[in-house]
Amino acid sequence: MNTQTVLFEEDSKRLSQACLNLQQEAYARAVFLLDKDGQLLANEGEIDGLDTTSLASLTAGNIAATGGLAKLLGEKEFPVQVHEGDKESIHISLIGERLILVILFDQRSSLGLIRLKLKHAYQDILEISQDIFDKPKEEMKSVFSEITDDDIDDFFGLD
Amino acid sequence: MSFINYSSREINCKIVYYGPGLCGKTTNLQYIYSKTNPEAKGKMISLETGTERTLLFDFLPISLGEIRGFKTRFHLFTVPGQVFYDASRKLILKGVDGVVFVADSQVERLDANIESFESLVNNLKEHGEDLEKLPFVIQYNKRDLPNAVDLSYLEEVFNPRGVQSFEAVAPTGQGVFDTLKAVAKQVLVELKRGDRQKTP
Repeated sequence: MNTQTVLFEEDSKRLSQACLNLQQEAYARAVFLLDKDGQLLANEGEIDGLDTTSLASLTAGNIAATGGLAKLLGEKEFPVQVHEGDKESIHISLIGERLILVILFDQRSSLGLIRLKLKHAYQDILEISQDIFDKPKEEMKSVFSEITDDDIDDFFGLD
Repeated sequence: MSFINYSSREINCKIVYYGPGLCGKTTNLQYIYSKTNPEAKGKMISLETGTERTLLFDFLPISLGEIRGFKTRFHLFTVPGQVFYDASRKLILKGVDGVVFVADSQVERLDANIESFESLVNNLKEHGEDLEKLPFVIQYNKRDLPNAVDLSYLEEVFNPRGVQSFEAVAPTGQGVFDTLKAVAKQVLVELKRGDRQKTP
C-alpha cells in the first residue's frame, strides 16, 4: 500500500474552505488539518506568528504516542484530545483513518461550541479527504515524471 | 511518506536518523541547523529528558531548494537512542522516506550499534517497510576518537550490501552534510521511480 499524500489545487481549496467555515462558525482562533505523518494540508484563521510546521509535527507525534497508549490498553484509538490552557486551548480529533484536525480556541469560544460545530463539519471534511486519498495513482505520479535525473543531480550540485 | 502539495508547490519528505544512545544523531541535526540559512530552516524542536537525552524525537524542517518549481523540504527526525524507548522509536519511523543509521565508531559501542541496527530492521518491518528497499545511508560517527574501530571492520559488520556510507565527526560537521545530501538524493530518486511497494 502506498500512503503518499498528494494534494491538488482544487482539493486544497475545498479543504481550506471547510476549515474556514468551521473556524468561523466555531469562533475558533485557527483550524489546521494535517495527515498522521505531520504534513500540513490546510490552515485557516489567525495563524500569523504561529510556527505551523512545528505545530503539525508535534501534533502528529502526540497522536502517534496517544495511539500507542490506546493500543496498550486494548483501545483502537483515542479519537479526541483536548488541552486546556489559561488563555489558549487545543482540540485535536481524528478524521477518518489518516487525518488530524486541530482547533485552537480561546475565550471567544467554548469546548461545547467547538464540539457542536465539529460534529457538523466532520462529514464534509471526511468526504473531501476520501476524494484526495482515492485519487488514482497514475495521476499522483505526474510531477515526478517531469523531473529528470539531471534535475536531481543539479539540485545536489549546489551548495 | 512523502507529501506533494500542488497548491503550494511543495514536496515534503521525512528522513529519520536512527542509532544507539549517544551516537550523535541530535548533534547531526544541531550542526545542520547551525549551518543552514535562516530562510531555509524552521525551528528545531528537541523533546528531551531533564538530562538532555532525546525522549520522543528531535525535529528539524529544512528546505534544500526547488526542483521544477517545487520547493523541496525535508523533515529531519531523530529517534531516542536508549534501548528503553523502543516504543517511541517505532512511532517516529512511521511514514519514513529515508533512513540514516548513525553508528558510534568506538569499540565499546559495537554491541549497542548491532542491537540498534536490529531494532531498526524490526521496527521498519512492523510498519510494512523493508530496509533493503528504502533510501538508506550509514554514517560512522566519532571517527576522531582514539578508540574508533577500523572502517573496514565496521563496513563488514554493518554494510554487507555496500550502501553509501560516510565517516563523520558530527560536532565539527565532518561528513554531516555529505550524509544528508546522499540520503536526500536517494529519496528523490526513489520518489521519481515511484515503484516502491510495502511488504505486507
